[in-house]
Amino acid sequence: MDDRRDLTLHINGQRHDIRLAARKTLADAIREDCGLTGTHTGCEHGVCGACTILVDGDPVRSCLMFAVQAEGRDIRTVEGLAERDNLHPLQQAFINHHALQCGFCTPGFLMLIIGALAREPDPSEAALVDLIASNMCRCTGYKNIIEAVRWFEGRRSEKGES
Amino acid sequence: MTAGGGVFGQSVGRLEDPALLRGTARFVDDIDLPGTLEIAFLRSPFAHARIGRIDCTAARAVPGVFAVYTLADLRPLLTGDHIFAGLPSPAYRLEVPRKVLADGEVVYVGEPVAAVLATSRYIAEDAAEQIDVEYDPLPVAADCRAALLDGAALAHGGLPHNLVAEFEVGYGPVVQVFSTAPHVFADDFSLHRGVAMSIECRGGIARYDPLEDRLTLWSSTQTPHAARRLLCDLLGKDDDLVRVIAPDVGGGFGPKLVFYCEDAVLAASAIAAGRPVKWIEDRREHFMATTQERDQYWAMEIACDDEARILGVRGSLIHDHGAYTARGVNIPQGAANCLTLPYNIAAYHLDIKLALTNKVPVTPIRGAGQPQGAFVMERLIDRVAAELGLDRAEVRRRNLVGPAQMPCEKPLRVRGGGAVILDSGDYPATQASALAAAGWHDFPARQKAAHAAGRHIGIGLANYVEATGRGPFEPVRVRIGGNGRIHVASGATAMGQSTNTMLAQIVAEQLGGDIANVTVTTGDSAAIERGMGGFNSRQAVIAGSSAHAAARAVREKALFVAGHLLEAAIEDLELVGPDVRIKGVAQKRIGLGAIARTLEGLPGYPLPGGAAPGLEAEESVIIDDMVYSNGTAVAEVAVDIETGAVEITRFTIAHDCGKLIHPQIVEGQIVGGIAHGIGNALFERMAFDEQAQPLTTNLGDYLLTGATEMPPIEIIHRQSPAAFNDLGIKGVGESGVIPTPAAVIAAIEDALSPFGVRIAQAPLSPPAIVDLIERANRAEIS
Amino acid sequence: MKPAPFTYHAPALLEDALAILGDTAQDDGRVLAGGQSLVPMMALRLAQPAHLVDIGRIDGLGDLIEDSAGLTIGALVRHQRFHAPAVEGVLGRLLRYVSSHIAHLPIRLRGTFCGSLANADPASEWCLVAATLNARMTARRRGETRVIAAADFFDGVMATALSPDEILTGVQIPHPLPGTKVGFYEFSRRAGDFALAMSLVSYRIEGGVVTDPRIGLGGVEEYPRRIAQAEEIVAGQPLESDVLERTAEATAAAIAPLVDHHTSAAYRRDLARIAVLRAFARAAQGEPADG
Repeated sequence: MDDRRDLTLHINGQRHDIRLAARKTLADAIREDCGLTGTHTGCEHGVCGACTILVDGDPVRSCLMFAVQAEGRDIRTVEGLAERDNLHPLQQAFINHHALQCGFCTPGFLMLIIGALAREPDPSEAALVDLIASNMCRCTGYKNIIEAVRWFEGRRSEKGES
Repeated sequence: MTAGGGVFGQSVGRLEDPALLRGTARFVDDIDLPGTLEIAFLRSPFAHARIGRIDCTAARAVPGVFAVYTLADLRPLLTGDHIFAGLPSPAYRLEVPRKVLADGEVVYVGEPVAAVLATSRYIAEDAAEQIDVEYDPLPVAADCRAALLDGAALAHGGLPHNLVAEFEVGYGPVVQVFSTAPHVFADDFSLHRGVAMSIECRGGIARYDPLEDRLTLWSSTQTPHAARRLLCDLLGKDDDLVRVIAPDVGGGFGPKLVFYCEDAVLAASAIAAGRPVKWIEDRREHFMATTQERDQYWAMEIACDDEARILGVRGSLIHDHGAYTARGVNIPQGAANCLTLPYNIAAYHLDIKLALTNKVPVTPIRGAGQPQGAFVMERLIDRVAAELGLDRAEVRRRNLVGPAQMPCEKPLRVRGGGAVILDSGDYPATQASALAAAGWHDFPARQKAAHAAGRHIGIGLANYVEATGRGPFEPVRVRIGGNGRIHVASGATAMGQSTNTMLAQIVAEQLGGDIANVTVTTGDSAAIERGMGGFNSRQAVIAGSSAHAAARAVREKALFVAGHLLEAAIEDLELVGPDVRIKGVAQKRIGLGAIARTLEGLPGYPLPGGAAPGLEAEESVIIDDMVYSNGTAVAEVAVDIETGAVEITRFTIAHDCGKLIHPQIVEGQIVGGIAHGIGNALFERMAFDEQAQPLTTNLGDYLLTGATEMPPIEIIHRQSPAAFNDLGIKGVGESGVIPTPAAVIAAIEDALSPFGVRIAQAPLSPPAIVDLIERANRAEIS
Repeated sequence: MKPAPFTYHAPALLEDALAILGDTAQDDGRVLAGGQSLVPMMALRLAQPAHLVDIGRIDGLGDLIEDSAGLTIGALVRHQRFHAPAVEGVLGRLLRYVSSHIAHLPIRLRGTFCGSLANADPASEWCLVAATLNARMTARRRGETRVIAAADFFDGVMATALSPDEILTGVQIPHPLPGTKVGFYEFSRRAGDFALAMSLVSYRIEGGVVTDPRIGLGGVEEYPRRIAQAEEIVAGQPLESDVLERTAEATAAAIAPLVDHHTSAAYRRDLARIAVLRAFARAAQGEPADG
């Protein structure tokens, strides 16, 4: 009864043809069937946000979707942020501001922030804190993550990017 | 110490960051080996029960299931049933080691009973549901106080009682002090800490190579060498035949230093199955099967004179140990030892009893008993201040150990029997700087104005002195490769606290100053012969000291050999970047790699200057004395007295961890600790019902501090160099969490001062605050 | 925590979805919309539907339509749609403000308004909105459509009047009459958490007194509802503090509070009283929100 089917996922511009059970979560499919282990599972019930990825530009929790729901969608994960040797500016901001310690929650935060800021750039102080409250971190206390985002947003508006 | 590297003390970019940010780091679940089977554990649904028949027939028949193992199935591979992992102590009255899998009796909800191996975790979970176990429920020891009363339900059916350990800590003429003191105040404290909640749960993947009889276990552990030792003993294998590797670890916070049943089952299963076996803990398992901290009940008295000089502290502590000994008596020991550290208190006595309960074993979480000890001491001091009508900071000032007393020997012993010597620190100045930054002296006026506007705000402070740098050693080997690359290997283990960067900085400081030229290997039992790993804020002090010594030895050797090869005196040489060169004559130089190659030797040619082979050194600097960090935290809160909601509006901490290796990392550790401490003050409760059934087993029910709960934080650094290591450093990883609950609770009590509420518990929820106010109102009326 | 096996259906047409659900409902066939409530339950194996009918690919279910009668919210309208006010005026501002209390952005980008109603969590903000503003739910099964009034929709904790083979295809919220004031207050432990208590109030002032009061309470009982006893007290009265006190106390007295290991009945009643008072205070300011 384990409804198995063929599926094509488009992740970071690459095509993955896989075969899996309908009950397999998108998080597990990305990690196991597509070999992209940068997306992590911290709770599997949609609270910690470590599994956050972009689906059609929206930051969503990949543990709360089945892989079969994601066919035809444009999926982006942390592996798609850097371009070869060049880190994404947000990744560089995290380095500069010591916004990660163990790094397990970090991919989820990166995708959350990139997806959210693309929808609504230049958030207010309160809105930014509210956004960061979406995800859990046990190491950093969030302060440096927020400062990294402020630096990143400041740099983006300097460059006139939207 | 000045080797001119220019990296010690700088906030350099971390070695760990690029891979973590790119998603190319390897946590244990990212490791994929061909043919891997995944385990799901069947866990006890009862807190206490006898086990009869375990019928795995249906489970074994599920398509995709490879095997189902109980203890009976694994016994042929084991030298014994038990995991003997407790630290020694004369305090024990009962021996309660865990068995590799439950056998005949289960003693906590979540105890592993059987392991299902299948082609996927999904299928393994399906099959686990098909295992039929006969449970015969037994009476449950659900509360650590009740467990110590006559006639209490026994946590283990075969044991005579639940008192697993008891001991006393103290010094001085306690009885005399308390019988003659002008003032004696009593208070009872209920303290609860919850789970560690690393965002990465536990997990491991084991592979057995029958050709070489070698077992490799990748495990999300803080202590690979200890795990290796336990596996060698359990499996009856030589030291060299078992390797434990901690890959990238997504947070540890204490419980990952424990060796678990699941780790043993992974290893044995890999041998039994002849295929790699993986187990990744899920979040629900983490709440019920990973060790945690829980309840402590303190009944205390403090004696003082009319000037608020503390004459003595005494009392008793009951500590919930859980169902087995998985680590030791260190939490109550650490709590008992830390109470009187910051203050000159001539008489102290604490009676400690540890109770077995039918809950998952208790082992240290960040702070390891010191948050509880600091809480009790700071609340007692606030009590003295309140009763004598004095400023709380002033009472502390009168009692703090002063800088002229350093080094200050306390009449206490650490667990190995060594002395407790506060090595350095200016506690009064630390407190003063925190108070100044926090606006302590202006606060009464602000509070009055707020109250007039209908708002209840409060301020609280807490001091701490923290034992760090648990010895006796952590080996570090520094070796220069033939290409000039510096290789550092250590028994130290990283879990997010930037261990590799720390070691690279210390080594690079001696060897050219370029941390990009340093490769660090930690957390691998095969990389270095022995080690202890990460806990007790020890690795910067202990591993750092060995790294420093080893790097200096390599430096000296490099200069010695270079002196011979360049025909120069050592004083005329400098080490810059990858080269040793003659000062002022930059073209007369030789690379570290070339020196290393020279020391590989050529057949028939003597080594230069009679040097020994290899440009390397391994050091295990012995440091038995701990070094003591200190600090003062000040918290400001606003309390909604109708709902009981608490907002922490401001947080100030002045801390002293000796010299700073990397200021940004130090601050990150402190802020992370504060976030955890806020959780322990307001949110984190691992709740059980009267049958010891866990009630908070997901992140909706168990609350963690999120970004919106964090206050603005100001950190003031003081640097009193540590006396007992060359680098002058002290640990800092646990500093943020230790004073925070005390400071926050004190602030809440201050905010509620119009009601005369006294608070002696943590965590404190909104309904509990409303209840305290209502009871105070009723008491006033009656 | 992996879900149990199920057969997955992703029909392109609503008629097909209704047919499949009609065939599988007795086998615990369930609708998958946003999945933000259902999937965690499946991961914990608290729900083990044998069939999942994913309505996410059906055109037309994501419509948000305003007409003279009110705002009609289709089955696939996600929480975040209300962030840019879905409609002008006080209703749009209310829905925007309420939506900001629902979990966090990633949840709001997937979870649906109608899904929350069908799920009927006692602490669901949308359930409170629907109950207080007398929403009308359109439920469809194979060959049949019916409209259920909010007062008849909620049945208990996570229980509604929907039968297992029905899909909630839309919810209509009537336009508030001109001059309606609304106020919403929620108390939760942390931002985005489920409410321990929340209140939505709406009313008009005519001739200096309250008319058409609606006092809704959520998070405190098995399901959100209007508290008639409280509405009776404030109806026809001026909005003065002693009236509001009595109204709030009547609310606290009228409820059958949910109790759990960290929340007593007494505390829940306290919160109910406070929530009503604070919701009224916000309504009086002219904005559903605080400040």
